Amino acid sequence: MKRIFCTVALLAFASLAAAQDVTPDVLVKGITQDVLGVLKQKDGVDPKAIATIIETKVLPHFELTRMTQLAMGRNWRSASPEQQKLLTAEFMTLLVRTYSTALSTYRDQVIDVKPLRAAPNAIDVTVKSDVKRPGSQPIAIDYDLGKTPAGWKVYDVKVGGVSLVTTYRETFANEIRENGIDGLIKSLATKNRQSDARFGASKT
Amino acid sequence: MLARVVAAAALMAALGGCATTANNPSDPLEPLNRTVFRFNDAVDEAVLKPVARGYRAAVPQMARTGVTNFFANLEDLWISANNLMQGKVESALGDFLRFTFNSSFGLLGVIDIASEMGLEKHNEDFGQTLGRWGVGSGPYLVLPFLGPSTVRDGSALVVDYKAGLLSYAVDDVAVRNSLYALKYVDTRANLFDATGLVEEAALDKYTFVRDSWLQRRRSLVYDGNPPREPADSDEPK
Repeated sequence: MKRIFCTVALLAFASLAAAQDVTPDVLVKGITQDVLGVLKQKDGVDPKAIATIIETKVLPHFELTRMTQLAMGRNWRSASPEQQKLLTAEFMTLLVRTYSTALSTYRDQVIDVKPLRAAPNAIDVTVKSDVKRPGSQPIAIDYDLGKTPAGWKVYDVKVGGVSLVTTYRETFANEIRENGIDGLIKSLATKNRQSDARFGASKT
Repeated sequence: MLARVVAAAALMAALGGCATTANNPSDPLEPLNRTVFRFNDAVDEAVLKPVARGYRAAVPQMARTGVTNFFANLEDLWISANNLMQGKVESALGDFLRFTFNSSFGLLGVIDIASEMGLEKHNEDFGQTLGRWGVGSGPYLVLPFLGPSTVRDGSALVVDYKAGLLSYAVDDVAVRNSLYALKYVDTRANLFDATGLVEEAALDKYTFVRDSWLQRRRSLVYDGNPPREPADSDEPK
């Protein structure tokens, strides 16, 4: 009964309510399906459309600032608010590319999102998913999520145990040591523009 | 051959150890590693990539899968032994059954029937076994021709090689070397997706490959559930 009420409430209220009530594993399943759905028609679809769909369907579920903060480590606090904003924007563009490239590798495989086992009052959970590949060990894609006022948000994605976020920590630290925070922003922007050319997509 | 490469790498590592300017604690040999990394990259661009690309163009997908499966099957026996050494009896049994079914019904492993039967393939090697026993990975080490490794995993490769079915089941040197060459090319051909990802993702290729490799190995040692590191927190050090 309570569940029916919840469902009705969920339907009744706008997206904010939906975001708060969706469980982490359902959220991850949705993200995975959205991305795979787009990538499967990659050959027939305009690359710009892919970028747009990822930006509208996936990014809202990612806690962008926290991800950038994680990748920056201690250096985050020495960045000005303006620099933090630029860093977050550039890092996100890079992450979306990496994440969709990683998933597109597996676009013909079955991705199995495992049901979440966590305490009901948990505020930090990991949702695990497996990419089944015939003949080799399944690749694990794990999503770390945190509870925020706006619902569950992904703050790290690990592919085969490799974090798409913290893997950059050392690279970022090196870049900052050599060229400062502005240097890092610049090299991220350069990287993204190079990929733009390869993807054939541009943010408009 | 492999043993010699590893020995040479270890020697170079020992020599290179004198001149360290690196700032990553897990990579004290960074200057040397970067040199070997550049060397591997050059070899890859000049030889391996073109050969692997030709292999992909000339051999149909189905045959390539057969080749991959054939070599993967040979490894399952040693994977089973490693699972046993790590005390994972059930996994070890599964690997052994995989090897038995695939070698017979799967036509010498060319068809991976066991996966379809629900016997999942595992990823194990002696380096992981050592890690499970508590042996630390030691410094990061880029091996010539073989790529990213660590002192522990690089040394363990010698054991993996000696224990590999190819090394003692195939007597004819020419045949054995041809099989090794095919395996090498097949492995490289299967890596195109991964290298594409690195190109897409990396600001500095060396650092990116190193840091993802170290995370990957750590995750493998703990079978996908590594304890959280201090590096996972928002405030390192």
